[in-house]
Amino acid sequence: MTVTEFTPLASALGGALIGFAAVMLIALNGRIAGISGIVGRLLPPYAGTDPMGAACIVLGLVASPFLYQAATGVPFVQTVSDRLGLMAIAGLLVGFGAAYGGGCTSGHGVCGIARLSPRSIVATVTFMATGFATVYIMRHVVGG
Amino acid sequence: MRQAVNLLAGVIFGLGLLISGMANPAKVQNFLDLAGTFDPSLIFVMAGAVAVTFVGYRLVLRRPKPVLAERFYLPASDIIDGRLILGAALFGIGWGLSGFCPGPAIVSLPLLAKGTLIFLPAMLAGIGLARLLSQGKAPRAEPVAQVD
Repeated sequence: MTVTEFTPLASALGGALIGFAAVMLIALNGRIAGISGIVGRLLPPYAGTDPMGAACIVLGLVASPFLYQAATGVPFVQTVSDRLGLMAIAGLLVGFGAAYGGGCTSGHGVCGIARLSPRSIVATVTFMATGFATVYIMRHVVGG
Repeated sequence: MRQAVNLLAGVIFGLGLLISGMANPAKVQNFLDLAGTFDPSLIFVMAGAVAVTFVGYRLVLRRPKPVLAERFYLPASDIIDGRLILGAALFGIGWGLSGFCPGPAIVSLPLLAKGTLIFLPAMLAGIGLARLLSQGKAPRAEPVAQVD
């Protein structure tokens, strides 16, 4: 596992930008900034789901690392697991869980909590709990 | 105009994920590793995002409608059921295993890590599967109801 530096200022600033994007989306287009819901709108059926709008948001997300690099002069550094079987299972669980439970970290964790939705608060506490438990088991019981 | 707003919101959201460090799965997993290499940064991401959204939503949802659309598309369901809990629980397991949730995974696409290129199609398949299973059942994050 990789040790990461504690970055309270950058993290709060980045968080505020995420919030700003969410407010912008609701104020102008009337939409919730839940990324799993937005990705789901790329898939059929398309009744009233504005797939083109969802595609534009996704395009913006995909473009952001290039702009980050252009602005800072350095590429974004990340550490992604190369245990590919594990990543496939994780992807399935994240996609299925978010769509089945009606939201993800952004939809429930940011937008839902900001609306004080009891559903989103329960969902966020639940996925935090299983997230903590999963990392504990993988790193300290099974061994990383 | 609406699509320009969507594009810009996607860019700003993505920059937020990158600047905050949330687009680095190692950082997310360290946040979730209370007993090990704990990195509390993500609390600050959540706090910053929720604070701005909390105030912004209160100002915006007072208005009769959004600037460029006919109505606000807000989640219709307020039901806390097994579906919500099961979905969130599975989501958290996948999040812990990979350090990825949907936003950071999409932002990571052009960085072309092998793990990302496996994760993203699997995530799409998972979303598709959940949609197939839930057709005609309770509403999901898909906004359908009008507020006011």
